[in-house]
Amino acid sequence: MIAPYVQAFYIAMTDWRGVSAAPRFTGLENFQRLFSDGIFWKAVSHNALLLVLLPLITIVLALFFAFLLNVGGKGVTGVRGSKFYRVVFFFPQVLAVAVVAVLFQQVFRPDDSGMLNGPLMALGLSPVGFLSDPSVAFWSVLGVMVWQAVGFYVVLFSAGLASIPGDMFEAAQIDGAGRFSLFFRITLPLLWDTVQVAWVYLGILALDVFAIVWVMTDQHGGPDFSTTVMAAEIYRNAFQYFRFGYASALGVIMFFFTIGFAILALRLSRRERIEY
Amino acid sequence: MYLSRKSVRKDRRTRLGPLSALSHVALVVWTVLMIVPILWTFLASVKSEEEIFGDAWSLPASLRWDNFARAWEQAHIGQYMLNSVIVVSFSTLGTMLLGSMAAYVLARYPFRGNRGFYLLFVSGLAFPVYLALTPLFFVVQNMGRVIPFIGLNTHAGVVLVYIAYSMPFTIFFLAAFFRTLPTAVAEAALVDGASHTRIFFQIMLPMARPGLVSITIFNVLGQWNQYQLPLVLLQERDKWVLTQGIADISTAAGYDQDWSALFAALTLAILPMLVVYTVFQRQIQSGLTAGALK
Repeated sequence: MIAPYVQAFYIAMTDWRGVSAAPRFTGLENFQRLFSDGIFWKAVSHNALLLVLLPLITIVLALFFAFLLNVGGKGVTGVRGSKFYRVVFFFPQVLAVAVVAVLFQQVFRPDDSGMLNGPLMALGLSPVGFLSDPSVAFWSVLGVMVWQAVGFYVVLFSAGLASIPGDMFEAAQIDGAGRFSLFFRITLPLLWDTVQVAWVYLGILALDVFAIVWVMTDQHGGPDFSTTVMAAEIYRNAFQYFRFGYASALGVIMFFFTIGFAILALRLSRRERIEY
Repeated sequence: MYLSRKSVRKDRRTRLGPLSALSHVALVVWTVLMIVPILWTFLASVKSEEEIFGDAWSLPASLRWDNFARAWEQAHIGQYMLNSVIVVSFSTLGTMLLGSMAAYVLARYPFRGNRGFYLLFVSGLAFPVYLALTPLFFVVQNMGRVIPFIGLNTHAGVVLVYIAYSMPFTIFFLAAFFRTLPTAVAEAALVDGASHTRIFFQIMLPMARPGLVSITIFNVLGQWNQYQLPLVLLQERDKWVLTQGIADISTAAGYDQDWSALFAALTLAILPMLVVYTVFQRQIQSGLTAGALK
């Protein structure tokens, strides 16, 4: 289990290209090359953008839906059909990312045979290059990731809400709390722990993202590297260019990003727990 | 009394009226966003080639079930699915057997280095897969040089890697679960002369059933949906698992000009999950979220 990781750190400091000849030790040369590599910085910036936006959008949507499904109805019960909604919302979670990627490749087709562009063109609008326009493609990737993730967090937050005693909401309602204060003053503070767990999970998902980019986008992270992420560059360098040393250096950097994120998240999440 | 309560409720309903309507709209919109892409794919899977390239929202003139036959045979979806089933059955079985035994021992038997072993196993959670991709590739390649049965492009090799990767979370989860179980039952069995093996299989495992079900579902889905590891470890086409087959199929469909088979293949990949999910949705939801709530 551990050995491959130790090796990864060593390979990162060699110019190994996978052939049998002994790899030459090059110290930090790979890292120097990385930092002057424009594609590397593109990948890092995409991961960073995802790290901020994916948790933010997913958690806001999931909290909103979980609130509606559990507390937002009449009295303090969920709206009608809340069980059905929860089942439907969660479904994308059981699909393989590779399957979702191919599915949305078809949904995003650039001409009128695409599920989205068909109606757009029927309305007389010009088609959107969801995957072919470099300025749009990244947002398509983000959209699909949110599409797949929200349901999981709706269920997670619902489980969290179920453990909050119902009389809390009832007491607040008797005191005249509307739905907004019910959400911001009661639900959110009591659910804060679960929200932080969700934040860490989604953050790791944003740093780890590979399959959706590799399978769905043009030229594996294109067009013109406009959607590429670190994991895709690792795979490309290692198994398409056979630059194993360089790829491992990328992996090491990514490892420190992930660890850094985890430590930061743990630090920030130290907060008093509300007992009930 | 009854009347007044009813009128109060009615009063509140009118007060929340527009907001309530809006929230219903939001829920319905999201439901549509979930369902429509999948239904659209199902629909396209029975269309002809021209219909797929025509208007996206037209209905098929006739249902072309032969798309499925081509996807199953010529696009090898049948073969890939069989490969997935083989790999996932063995790897889940291995993960659960080894993981539950290790977790049980670590949770219940105090011995020197217990804590150390536990931390060593669980530390695997902190290391991301991609960091190890390159070394892993060569580790498996070297394994194959010694024992050809478990090298690159073998399902047994992938099974071993899957087991290794599923172990940290399985042990983390099950050890926590075993610790919550009462000790009295096992002690009584020990007094009655049951061996440790027997206690484990006949008493502890049945008691840990809810936890085992959750983590089994977690592992089955995780391994079934895995893409990056097989991409590295299985490079021969006939060994591919389903996710690889699906991911490659848009390239293949481009060559063969057979897009209807692509939609049929997607449907074949989605439909079984849909059926399994509808039947077991409670267990699946609790199984997948269990890890996050620990």
